[in-house]
Amino acid sequence: MSDLTKLTIAAARDGLAKGDFSSRELTAAHITAMTASKPLNAYITETPEQAVDAATASDARRAKGEAGKLEGIPLAIKDLFCTKGVLTTAASHILDGFTPHYESTVTANLWGAGAVMLGKVNLDEFAMGSSNETSYYGNVVNPWRRDGDESALVPGGSSGGSASAVASFSAMGATGTDTGGSIRQPASFTGIVGMKPTYGRCSRWGVVAFASSLDQPGPMARTVRDIAIMLESMAGFDAKDSTSVNMPVPNFENALTGDIKGLRIGIPKEYRIDGLSDEIDALWQKGIDWLKDAGAEIVDISLPHTKYALPAYYIIAPAEASSNLARYDGVRFGLRVEGKDLNDMYASTRAEGFGDEVKRRLLIGTYALSAGYYDAYYLKAQKVRARIAEDFRQAYLNVDAILTPTAPSAAFGFGEKGDDPLEMYLNDVFTVPASLAGLPGISVPAGLSKEGLPLGLQLLGKPFDEETVFRVAGVLEEAAGFTAKPTDWWRG
Amino acid sequence: MSLDKATVAKVANLARIKIEEKDLEPMAAELNNILGWVEQLGEVDTDNVEPMTSVAEMRLRWRADEVTDGGYVEDVVANAPGGEDGYFAVPKVIE
Repeated sequence: MSDLTKLTIAAARDGLAKGDFSSRELTAAHITAMTASKPLNAYITETPEQAVDAATASDARRAKGEAGKLEGIPLAIKDLFCTKGVLTTAASHILDGFTPHYESTVTANLWGAGAVMLGKVNLDEFAMGSSNETSYYGNVVNPWRRDGDESALVPGGSSGGSASAVASFSAMGATGTDTGGSIRQPASFTGIVGMKPTYGRCSRWGVVAFASSLDQPGPMARTVRDIAIMLESMAGFDAKDSTSVNMPVPNFENALTGDIKGLRIGIPKEYRIDGLSDEIDALWQKGIDWLKDAGAEIVDISLPHTKYALPAYYIIAPAEASSNLARYDGVRFGLRVEGKDLNDMYASTRAEGFGDEVKRRLLIGTYALSAGYYDAYYLKAQKVRARIAEDFRQAYLNVDAILTPTAPSAAFGFGEKGDDPLEMYLNDVFTVPASLAGLPGISVPAGLSKEGLPLGLQLLGKPFDEETVFRVAGVLEEAAGFTAKPTDWWRG
Repeated sequence: MSLDKATVAKVANLARIKIEEKDLEPMAAELNNILGWVEQLGEVDTDNVEPMTSVAEMRLRWRADEVTDGGYVEDVVANAPGGEDGYFAVPKVIE
């Protein structure tokens, strides 16, 4: 049998339906790949026995004619989603031993559709990072390397384990979460597809909270079609999430018509930032040409407040995090470090349990919300955010979707952006504005850098118009014809 | 606005994160670096702009005020360090 791990979700679905192979076989092939991928450190917790049991149950359902939309498909789950009976860490020391007694809505939806969990994948601690260098469980390694160079590269972040697992063929797809670019940027760094849906499309219930007005779960996989298949099962109204939106979930796969004639695609001039590398600029131009050749109309647009998105984000996200992460107090779950009194126990637990980047953001957030500074920082940032959202509203009066690069560079090496947090934050310069505005966005692999590393292009859509995003992304993917794969050096 | 050592200590106390005396100065420098960069938000005209409080244009849903969940103490306390007999446990707070 050919290597089942190289199949797309769509092809595996068809093969399973035809009886070419069973979920047990498909799952076993992925467990072997997962075990062989240890040098990448993509997984925090592997659950091979449960995966085999789930695959066996899936095959039984199929035999009874009860196959769901993701029946028998093995997936990796970002370790930010609570999974009943399986360690859930958020890649933080402070959640030591935390084993939820409940299942997140998104993962429950996936299991309801028949999917199989392979394990829980690594991430930046509490999803705070753009390189997966802040995990308590160690760095995740990108399966891609520069041509002729064996040095390890970051997979991006925060969904770095998800990206590395999918790009190294140890999972057919993975869940991610995106607060400021945490699905799209690692997808770009690893040559896969990743989508942040519209805020409110996927339930946040049971997802460890970082910044609640920005967090949004989404799918990561190797093709646009696979993303459409996954999102349809992940999305849906959930009464347990107060910002879940009660709208029907379309059949996203049907949106992949291949026809974008007459669609208007906006090109925002403010994304042509100072110092944008020539190759990113050239790739962006290629993307423009591909869409134009497919019959789309290219429209120059302006999003004037773009440059203020990052600083606004780095007030809003830490402020919300400082409130959300107050729950880690050594009392209800996870780590406890004893102290001389209650306050000392709190402060000692949090000092030992949180890593440096998390502490930095909690202090910024606490300061931004503290008496006397709330108006100057938090309120100001929320007003700037309103102006950024208004920029997009105006633009969408005239265009159907927006095309930009996903990230300002290809994957970089470990420690290359370590000294100055601001340099790291710039990774999200193209992804954060849509996060602040709550818009859907997808990263599609579009080419290789001169060093042989994948580069992505980003498409943004109108709120709850993922279908147009998919429609354009399908055409972009087809035109780019990205078929490069990393060599599987990690198999030794 | 620039943070000094004393302010960092105060904020760390508010955030309930213990920071060693020797680490206060470097932390102040790091935070000032970030806050200095954020200052550029001051350039944006936000007069008569309402702060954004909801991403999707929606009202928070209402529901009847009734008990819809609960009755599983064991599950709630299962992950608590030092908890016992269905209770969370904290260090003694009253002498």
